[in-house]
Amino acid sequence: MKTTELPRWATALLLPVLNLTSALLVAALVIRLLGESPLESMTILVNSAIVNPEGLSYTLFYASTFIFTGLAVSIAMKAGLFNIGGEGQMYFGGLGLTLAMLFFDASLPAWLLIPAAIAGAALFGAMWACIPGYLQARRGSHVVVTTIMFNFIAASLMNFIIVKYLIPDGQQNPASRVFLDAGAMPRLNAWLPVLGDTPLNVSFLLAIVALAMYGVMVWRSLWGYQLRATGLNAHAAHYAGVSISRTIIVAMLVSGALAGLAAVNSVMGSTHYLSLNFPAGAGFVGIAIALMGRQHPVGIFLSAVLFGALIQGGFDLSLEKPNIPQETFIFIQGLIILFCGAMENFYGPAVLRLINLGRKG
Amino acid sequence: MQPAVEFRNICKAFGPVQANADVSFAIAKGSIHGVIGENGAGKSTLMSILYGYYNADSGQLLIDGAPRSIRTSHEAIALGIGMVHQHFSLVENMTVLDNVMLGAEGGFRLAAQRAAAEATLRDICERYGLDVDPRATIHDLSVGAQQRVEILKQIYRSASILILDEPTAVLTAQETAALFDILRRFKEQGKTIILITHKLGEIMDITDQVTVMRAGAVIGAVATATTSKEQLATMMVGRPIEGVLPRAPFQPGAAVLKVDNLQLNDKAGVRVLADVGFTLHAGEIVAIAGVSGNGQSALLEILSGMRLPSSGRVEMLGTPLPFAGLPDADGLPATFRTLGIGHVPEDRLRDGVIKDFSVMQNTVLGYQERVTNRWGLFDFAAIARRCARLLAAFDVRPANPDLPIGRLSGGNQQKVVIAREVSAAPKLLLVGQPTRGVDIGTIESIHKQLLKMRDDGVAILLVSVELEEVRALADRIIVMSGGRITGELNIEEFDTTRIGLLMGGMNTVGGMHTVSGVHNA
Repeated sequence: MKTTELPRWATALLLPVLNLTSALLVAALVIRLLGESPLESMTILVNSAIVNPEGLSYTLFYASTFIFTGLAVSIAMKAGLFNIGGEGQMYFGGLGLTLAMLFFDASLPAWLLIPAAIAGAALFGAMWACIPGYLQARRGSHVVVTTIMFNFIAASLMNFIIVKYLIPDGQQNPASRVFLDAGAMPRLNAWLPVLGDTPLNVSFLLAIVALAMYGVMVWRSLWGYQLRATGLNAHAAHYAGVSISRTIIVAMLVSGALAGLAAVNSVMGSTHYLSLNFPAGAGFVGIAIALMGRQHPVGIFLSAVLFGALIQGGFDLSLEKPNIPQETFIFIQGLIILFCGAMENFYGPAVLRLINLGRKG
Repeated sequence: MQPAVEFRNICKAFGPVQANADVSFAIAKGSIHGVIGENGAGKSTLMSILYGYYNADSGQLLIDGAPRSIRTSHEAIALGIGMVHQHFSLVENMTVLDNVMLGAEGGFRLAAQRAAAEATLRDICERYGLDVDPRATIHDLSVGAQQRVEILKQIYRSASILILDEPTAVLTAQETAALFDILRRFKEQGKTIILITHKLGEIMDITDQVTVMRAGAVIGAVATATTSKEQLATMMVGRPIEGVLPRAPFQPGAAVLKVDNLQLNDKAGVRVLADVGFTLHAGEIVAIAGVSGNGQSALLEILSGMRLPSSGRVEMLGTPLPFAGLPDADGLPATFRTLGIGHVPEDRLRDGVIKDFSVMQNTVLGYQERVTNRWGLFDFAAIARRCARLLAAFDVRPANPDLPIGRLSGGNQQKVVIAREVSAAPKLLLVGQPTRGVDIGTIESIHKQLLKMRDDGVAILLVSVELEEVRALADRIIVMSGGRITGELNIEEFDTTRIGLLMGGMNTVGGMHTVSGVHNA
């Protein structure tokens, strides 16, 4: 029997694998052109990012940040909003967290300080997303335009705040002072020594909890129903009595809070101070992760781990193979986004023909 | 003479659904051939095969006697086949001329081609009596005129076989008459027309031959002159259709809805509703008749909370509806639903359903707050039970709650919407165009459902542009024109001519004809 639509297993599993393989094949070609063996390089990459427990631990550390930025983009997408301001919201989240630290790290015990800092990160991220959300809901200013402008505003504003107010006296480095020990997120190697001396911390567990909560809230709650209704057909949502402007503003608040939470992992889990441009593109990677993971919790997790592995493996590879500069992996990231995001359905028609052929024969 | 089109044993399946099963019939050259059938009978699939959108699984297609395999719509166009879809494919902000040329530009330099095309176009317009200005912009044109542009496009591409899919669904009576004139002229030129429609009256008016389809197969082919509406309806549905539906004697109860001096101006300041006032009682169906676009839609939107009036007062069971002081209608429909107002919206796909949601999720649209447990999470077991009950009670086909509702036929989507609104047990039901794009069998079941609600004491406000429907359902008729109520009559006084005059804005009070001077919004 002929079908006109791909079965679910094909769209959910086969197509992503095909897309990913294509991206890696092109990457292999580039590595070959750089004069290195693709197979050997790939082995180094996989070993260093996945097989080696310490490497895996780094991979998951990077992935923790990406899960939050990916969730931030995904939840906005479910409401039909393309929030590309994750970068700025994460940056601002870092400020909220840092302010909590600077004010309280000497006075509060860790069990109060850390939740306060986490709340600060979420609050500041939400605040930064709230303005574009409000403008979209009440004034019809397109959220894509406003959020991207807000990334620039955040960058300049943070530059100003850090340089003017946060640099400790007598320092040159544009960064805040180092937080006291009470402000460090507990690292997982305290419980699992096999992870080695890596920054993987409790944020990873928080990210997993966030994924689960995202799944429940979006697909099983009244709130998620109204969110998806607004995203798919705002007219019908209005007919159904959903307040469109409230849904948009709340979606942006939650999205911004999630992006802000991404700062917890990188700032409180690793550097322990706020530095200039610390998000380093993680907010934008969140867009790729949301697209590639199809805004599904499992998909977001897998994509985040993939991007984490690329950073970790790529770093080690560039150390071992001097011919391969570290930038190569930004290039591979780009290829993956191209194949899995922009050309998502590239193989769809061919796979469909194959399936139909198989059924006929 | 060779038939223009001949289908031989065409089969086409979508998954487990057999959309076309062994379809064979021929369409004579220079004739108007009707294809009728209920929603999902396979008419559209068959036409899509002819136009190259789908490929048949098996079977043969003959054009002018020669077997052809049409794989794309380009190949169909090259063979002289043109199709006018129910939803037009026009670029709204381009002129008629540019739309007609689109895809048939004929060269790199536009200016020269454009002059030539305009000359051809004016010539065609004259020959076929098409009243279209080539330089007009599409979005300034009425729906009827846009449809003429679609036809013009096909003639310009020298189509000799024209497929029209539900062409009159969006037209007024006058526009329909004008369209049929064009089609007759088209026929006189020796061209062939395939007309897909639900409306049996139109089939009787204009076609030469009719093919009736049901469940993917051809049920019968008859010459129009030898058949009747009743016979066609029976063939289509597979059982006789009751002419007049049974209803309890008219015993209106207490007033449910009191509308007083309702006014609405749109953003541009144009008057949409003026001095609208009426009362609706329990156990009564009041139908608002009028040509589409005379304020009925706005009235339904206001009464359902989707839009705020400029001024006026509406009482529901003695309490005023809370319009006053609101900045906008955002979220207001939820409040209105809790007051017992149900709403079957006019534009099903825009307002009534979310295409990508499953049937089950659509059965709670608007009532989503009533199906949660105390954690704010959906009680899926209860939702599924309720959905199964509704699908069975309203005979929704296929009765698969997990299918995205966009994959159901229009009639079955409408059944889901009506099931949802009826099952919420409203005290007032607002119904807009309940049977637009819905087949005869379903129309009957929807009408029965509405009458049953009326008999149970629900107040129903019906907006319909189909006078047949108004006649079948209403206890009282209110006629609107230009945003004003131009007349009111009881069902016993039903008189097509008088209603027609009122719809045109003529007040027939005391034999004096006065035209209401309200801007036609």
